[in-house]
Amino acid sequence: MAIEATTQPVHGHRSLQHHFENMEQQREAGTLGMWIFLVTEIMFFGGMFLAYALYRSLYPAAFASASNHLDITLGAVNTGVLILSSFTMAMAVYFTQVGKQRPQVLCLVLTLFLGLAFLGIKAVEYHDKYEDHLIPGRLIPGNPFNPAVQEEGQPIDHHKLHLLPGATLEKVEMFYWIYFAMTGMHALHMVIGAGLLTFLIIFSLKGRFDPEYHSPVEVVGLYWHFVDIVWIFLFPLLYLLGRHFEHG
Amino acid sequence: MRPIESFEVPAPPRVNYINAQYGLKSWLLTKDHKRIALLYLGSITFFFFIGGLYALMIRLELLTPQGDLLQSTTYNKVFTQHGIIMIFFFLIPSIPATLGNFLIPMMIGAKDLAFPRINLLSWYIYLLGGVITIYALLAGGVDTGWTFYTPFSTTFSNSYVVATGLGIFINGFSSILTGLNFIVTIHTMRAPGMTWFRMPLFLWSHYATSLIMILGTPVVAITILLLAFERVARVGIFDPALGGDPVLFQHLFWFYSHPAVYIMVLPSMGVISELIANFSRKNIFGYSFVAFSSLAIAVFGFLVWGHHLFVTSQSVYAGMIFSFLSFAVAIPSAIKVFNWTATLYRSSISYDTPMLYALGFIGLFTVGGMTGLFLASLATDVHLSDTYFVVAHFHYIMVGGALMGYLGGLHYWWPKIAGRMYPEGWGRFSALIIFVGFNLTFLPQFIAGYLGMPRRYHAYPPEFQVFNVLSTAGASILGFGMLIPAIYFVWSMRYGKHAESNPWHLPGLEWRTQSPPPTENFEVTPIVTWEAYEFAPREETEVVGKFRPELERI
Repeated sequence: MAIEATTQPVHGHRSLQHHFENMEQQREAGTLGMWIFLVTEIMFFGGMFLAYALYRSLYPAAFASASNHLDITLGAVNTGVLILSSFTMAMAVYFTQVGKQRPQVLCLVLTLFLGLAFLGIKAVEYHDKYEDHLIPGRLIPGNPFNPAVQEEGQPIDHHKLHLLPGATLEKVEMFYWIYFAMTGMHALHMVIGAGLLTFLIIFSLKGRFDPEYHSPVEVVGLYWHFVDIVWIFLFPLLYLLGRHFEHG
Repeated sequence: MRPIESFEVPAPPRVNYINAQYGLKSWLLTKDHKRIALLYLGSITFFFFIGGLYALMIRLELLTPQGDLLQSTTYNKVFTQHGIIMIFFFLIPSIPATLGNFLIPMMIGAKDLAFPRINLLSWYIYLLGGVITIYALLAGGVDTGWTFYTPFSTTFSNSYVVATGLGIFINGFSSILTGLNFIVTIHTMRAPGMTWFRMPLFLWSHYATSLIMILGTPVVAITILLLAFERVARVGIFDPALGGDPVLFQHLFWFYSHPAVYIMVLPSMGVISELIANFSRKNIFGYSFVAFSSLAIAVFGFLVWGHHLFVTSQSVYAGMIFSFLSFAVAIPSAIKVFNWTATLYRSSISYDTPMLYALGFIGLFTVGGMTGLFLASLATDVHLSDTYFVVAHFHYIMVGGALMGYLGGLHYWWPKIAGRMYPEGWGRFSALIIFVGFNLTFLPQFIAGYLGMPRRYHAYPPEFQVFNVLSTAGASILGFGMLIPAIYFVWSMRYGKHAESNPWHLPGLEWRTQSPPPTENFEVTPIVTWEAYEFAPREETEVVGKFRPELERI
């Protein structure tokens, strides 16, 4: 349990860049930099959240119809996967701070694994939407946005879109465009996060981090938690809100 | 007040950031903020002259009422590209990426910005964005206006909207990274004793600018991304035919693009604060008011975007609030102007070239700001919207404000940047030419616009010709005036008089190291024990006998 005191003097740490006075200043700068970057990310996603809020209030029925077609089980599982990955990431930061290399590597690998699992499940969901012809826009030749609509009185077919009164296919397409824009942008951030984690794993296997120098793990951790939190907002907004339309 | 420490003029042949390393590679892979500032200086000058060529074409076309030089479609592309190049590739990076990059670490006594590699990355991102935009211009150009209003840009325009948008999208990240770097640097890298309220006002204004950069730029990034997808994939967030709302685009676009005006003018205000205090040799009047008015402008600037939408479907109540808030921005702006003026009062002013630009700025910015109030009023804006009055107004802010500050700052810090003096006589002459040329270009446009001449047309009724002839004549003088500094700055790099460490005899930290500075800026990390703009009184310096600027200047 004993935390190994670093033998290197503060000024001579091998990871101290020339323009910083000491490790503390370097760490502070790195962390503040990431927090500010996350602010820009909030504003970036904010534009899409605004578009979502506007069109959801304009076309509630279409958004509910489209939302009901999303796979709530896969969405919920993915939410759990991400929350768990946030936990392992936090533990990785902790183990780096106390200088325990093996659990640190383990936690980073687990985080990467969970992140990839999320992307895998997301890919399955995207594929389902492709099968159901729910990809908006005209990019895919021969497969325009043209979902089969569930008709009244027929046995429930989950591959068909159940249109609520007042909903039109055009507005459903708008929902799916927002859905793909937001989750796609989120997935892109996950891919970047997975890349960063890979670097962290390589460096931590080389023993580059120690209690004196742990800010890369901490900074990537902040990024990872942020991407998780975006999903925590996306899941209820896209999957859950509007379900009550169907059930009364 | 304590006397300013002695200034030891270093012997000329010393290692500095320019001669520390040689070769193209040492420049292209440099992490030194001063070298990166020079890389930016070269690139934005290049884009400035491209933008200037477009301005020349606009003014030549408008010399006569008929559309004889350019066809209407060509003219649409020319004014669009003038706007895009000048705003995204010149004005927004101008002062922050060159003077800010060079000076922020030096003014706080740091060795470099907090993230030198990110700083270099931001320049490469800027270049990449620039190359893509230039590709779009060469491939056929873009004709939507720099505002990319939908649904014209998504559905009807037959030009390179996506490529241009991509260029601007990428360029935005360069601006975000610059802002991020500045904020972190100012927070964490200040030398011992450099408290927030000892910082030169240049830093406060750059801090405020950086806030806008990091809060605003991501919004325009996602907006342009959505627009590009909408155009390519035919989906419809902004397309009314598909259930979208084109006014949403305008809201998102102006949420960035109005604060972007403050990205352009706030750094310039920082430069002017330096110039006014230092060339009148007096502590700035109301330091904290000037400092906080920068932050106030940054905050208020985010709440006024709706005044660009007075003639759209925006609710009239929203319009009233946006109008009120737009008037509110005038308060911090006026605080600055009054404080600068109060600083000049009973001070010892020297009319060197930078000060001429600073005095020009005060006048032109005041005109630009006051005419902005006409446009912020709901009723008058209906009459003036989309006329040359708007064009004249924002050129008074962007050229009269941002460009004057940029040129003034460039002259002021040139001895530090290049280690050489620019020719003072030519400097004053060109400052005067630029001031006269600028006013002759844009004052007539206020009148033409007030009388109803619309913007963005290549032909106009003959009764407006007199204003356009004046304007074109002014633009020619302005263009000539711009060429003079471009020539003598290059000339002075080789033939200019060697600059001392502190040619203006000022107390700021950047003047307490050699010219040009060494790679790490200071031999030892300075310890700051003085306030900003602390000029020693005459008697005290004479008793101590160390630093006698008044005697040296005679």
